Amino acid sequence: MMSTDLTIHGHGEAVVSHDTHGGEHEVHHHKETFITKYVFSQDHKMICKQFLITGMIWAILGGLMSVLFRLQLGYPDSTFPWLEDVLGKWAKGGKIQPEAYYALVTMHGTVLVFFVLTGGLSGTFANFLIPLQIGARDMASPFLNMLSYWFFWMASVVMITSLFIETGPASGGWTIYPPLSALGDANMGSKGGMDYWITAMALFVVSSLLGGLNYITTILNMRTKGMSMTRLPLTIWAIFFTATLGVLSFPVLLSGLILLLFDRHAGTSFYLSDIFIAATQKALPNEGGSPILFQHLFWFLGHPEVYIIILPAMGLVSEVMAINSRKPIFGYMAMIGSLFAITILAFLVWAHHMFVTGLNPFLGSVFVLLTLLIAVPSAIKVFNWLTTLWRGNIRLTPAMLFAIGFVSMFISGGLTGVFLGNSTLDIHLHDTYFIIAHFHIVMGVSAFMGMFCGVYHWFPKMYGRYLNNTMSYIHFWVTFAGAYLIFWPMHYEGLAGMPRRYVEYQGWASFNQFGDLNRFISTVAMVVFAVQLMFVFNFFYSIFKGRKVTTQNPWQANTLEWTTPIHPGHGNWPGEIPEVHRWAYDYGKDGKDFILQTEPLGADEQHH
Amino acid sequence: MSSYFLLAILLLGFVITFQIAKASEYVGILRGEKKNNESNNRINGFLMIVFLVLGLIGVYWCNELFKGKILGKAASDHGEKIDQMLYITIVITGVVFFITQILLFWFSFKYQFSEKRKGYYFPHNNKLEVIWTVVPAIALTVLVGFGLMYWFQITGEAPKNALQVEITGKQFGWIFRYPGKDNVFGNKYYKNISDAENNSLGLLWDDPKTHDDIVINSTMYAVVNQPLKLIINSRDVIHDVGLAHFRMKMDAVPGTPTTMWFTPLYTTEEMKKSTGNPDFEYEISCDQMCGRGHYTMKGIIKIVTAEEFILWKAKQVSNYALVMKDKLPAADSVKTTAVSMPAKLIASK
Repeated sequence: MMSTDLTIHGHGEAVVSHDTHGGEHEVHHHKETFITKYVFSQDHKMICKQFLITGMIWAILGGLMSVLFRLQLGYPDSTFPWLEDVLGKWAKGGKIQPEAYYALVTMHGTVLVFFVLTGGLSGTFANFLIPLQIGARDMASPFLNMLSYWFFWMASVVMITSLFIETGPASGGWTIYPPLSALGDANMGSKGGMDYWITAMALFVVSSLLGGLNYITTILNMRTKGMSMTRLPLTIWAIFFTATLGVLSFPVLLSGLILLLFDRHAGTSFYLSDIFIAATQKALPNEGGSPILFQHLFWFLGHPEVYIIILPAMGLVSEVMAINSRKPIFGYMAMIGSLFAITILAFLVWAHHMFVTGLNPFLGSVFVLLTLLIAVPSAIKVFNWLTTLWRGNIRLTPAMLFAIGFVSMFISGGLTGVFLGNSTLDIHLHDTYFIIAHFHIVMGVSAFMGMFCGVYHWFPKMYGRYLNNTMSYIHFWVTFAGAYLIFWPMHYEGLAGMPRRYVEYQGWASFNQFGDLNRFISTVAMVVFAVQLMFVFNFFYSIFKGRKVTTQNPWQANTLEWTTPIHPGHGNWPGEIPEVHRWAYDYGKDGKDFILQTEPLGADEQHH
Repeated sequence: MSSYFLLAILLLGFVITFQIAKASEYVGILRGEKKNNESNNRINGFLMIVFLVLGLIGVYWCNELFKGKILGKAASDHGEKIDQMLYITIVITGVVFFITQILLFWFSFKYQFSEKRKGYYFPHNNKLEVIWTVVPAIALTVLVGFGLMYWFQITGEAPKNALQVEITGKQFGWIFRYPGKDNVFGNKYYKNISDAENNSLGLLWDDPKTHDDIVINSTMYAVVNQPLKLIINSRDVIHDVGLAHFRMKMDAVPGTPTTMWFTPLYTTEEMKKSTGNPDFEYEISCDQMCGRGHYTMKGIIKIVTAEEFILWKAKQVSNYALVMKDKLPAADSVKTTAVSMPAKLIASK
């Protein structure tokens, strides 16, 4: 704990600690230029904002893509001439072409799963909360932290570039299963677009590893005096497990992608065998490979990935829920235990994505058991949240509404997971709208709810101003109701066996009965998207014009970030780093509304 | 033009919302933070209950609206098991859903902020935590038990009397092969595939077992109440044989044949009557993303009676005969030895 006992001279603004020369502590003001403060910043709070705003730009793009393909799904008979003006040959005659449709769904998935809900969510809150809540001046390595953002940025640039190349971006679905993704002749998006996709994801994995290692190191080594692991707020625990998952699983994706790259360009046959391409009337020389191998490698990341997305949201929600219920989170140790259980199980369930690939049925049955086991820690979490609300004194702030919304969505989406995790039902429901509904609710909308919950709660700490309340409330209710209106009826389409990733359904007697419903879903999706734009406006407007924060601790919370000045400088605390004497959840204890973690235990006070 | 109009309305709506939001913020400041928070709590607490009530009504209404559109009764024995499993799961998860959602919104409403109340300091309770670890574990054991019982029945060996049909996915359609009189599929090798020479599966003509194999496109026939075993292949990328009415699904993986079997319970004609839809067909949908024509990759299974099937099959001409007819008179110089490879590679079902 090198930098935890530093004293800082002066006003505390723009102070940075270096401990690069072994144990020699050196503290000094340094002159900050625009470049070092806003661009190549090493301050975790600035890096957090960079991740957040990049994530928001990605979210708008990804959302816009979904609006475009929902337009096609909702109005398959209509033409929209303005689409041709914007997209050119991709929307010839004002109708989105199949190639464009598949490119849109592929990029929508990639962008939201990786760039928004992994990079944007973890990047933002890990960077912001770890040093502030554990009592550290910055990350273990601010430089690696900066690199983590800039690798993310480079990944973003490469991915965006792929949208503009002549043959279009990757279009084989976000899971990029070979052979489709390996063969340019079989799929236009598998030409140049796929190479861009792989490159971008490789950069993304580097970013994620640099970030993740830093988060883990910081949490383990740089906690302030008295901050034992069991006094950490649940946000930090959640981020810790998230980072662990990422560090252990992203390299497997990268290895899978490298093999794919070899298959694409070096003539290897890891994933390819027995292929005759109809478009060129040619049989490929590759024999002996297995496309299923890729699925194993992909889902070995792919499944932990969904927990990488949802765990930080769970952490944020737990924290915000305790603060706004004015009582401790119920079952703190059980909450950590269930996070841990989910983390372990996350690595043992990947093949439930592959029940219908011809997997050995016995192997499938093992994965059924392990998959449904995850429902137990998930149920514990839900019941603990409910008990946290019970007999609380609940302040329905916008952040709290999103926390409640998160729990509601997590219940709904979690329960449909019990359907899909059961291989018998998965036979019928696999790759239908049921799975679309399931994962959008449980990891898409839920994770967004968690993210919004975090943004609304910590915005005052980030910018020293509040978001506009009225717009926040509108944002919540429209998003919450809209998400249910969009995704709830989709379950019925899935029960009818309606396959996902279809451009239109008119040719199908079995699935054509949902035309009205598709139109309804598309309309609601557009309204919900418009409201997200309003949130973005609220966000940027409030950075400059929002109501100013006038007290150090506006939510009367216990954790350390609220002991810093309203506008903390680099180094966070102007004086010494505070010492911690208790856990983070002493709300309503002994008749006191809240007790800061820095407050020593009373003479006859019990430990939680 | 209308899209610009729409855009203008949207912008206007936004500006109005923004002005109201700004004004209410000023009002809030004038009124004082405490009063402001109280009214926000009241409004949103009330909305929680409204949402719960409307949501529950919505769940019911949505079910009424769509329960008639989800393909009706399962048309295979395995499908019936899957539907059975579905009902068990719906009941168990449904109970949990209603209890937890109602508690969530009710608590949010009931325990909303009040000056008089204090949060109840209740950090943990071992008994409660054990209860809600054990109860879900038991419920899930039941679900896993039923699920695996059905799973092993469905994925078990097909009965001996099963009708065997090979189904091969390609971009973008389905090819079916029947083994012919000898009831054995002849060997094939993918490098022998030639659409131009009418050999879409790459059958090896120097294997006499291929000579009676029947190869057809888009529509296949199978017999009601006789188990049907599909041997699933792919010619290029991964496809998936999706049979929504039979509730069955299995990937078609290039290089790795997969299988599925089930027993159809109703003929296509019977389904036309029972659904009241004269255009009813058992459709095969491709359920694995396979390229630009994925959504058009349709096949049809006609389920017929045993007699109808025999009549239909008798009318089919083998792939070999069709090719030879084209090739005459140089019949014996066909590309039989174009590719030679070890026999173990080409061993087929």
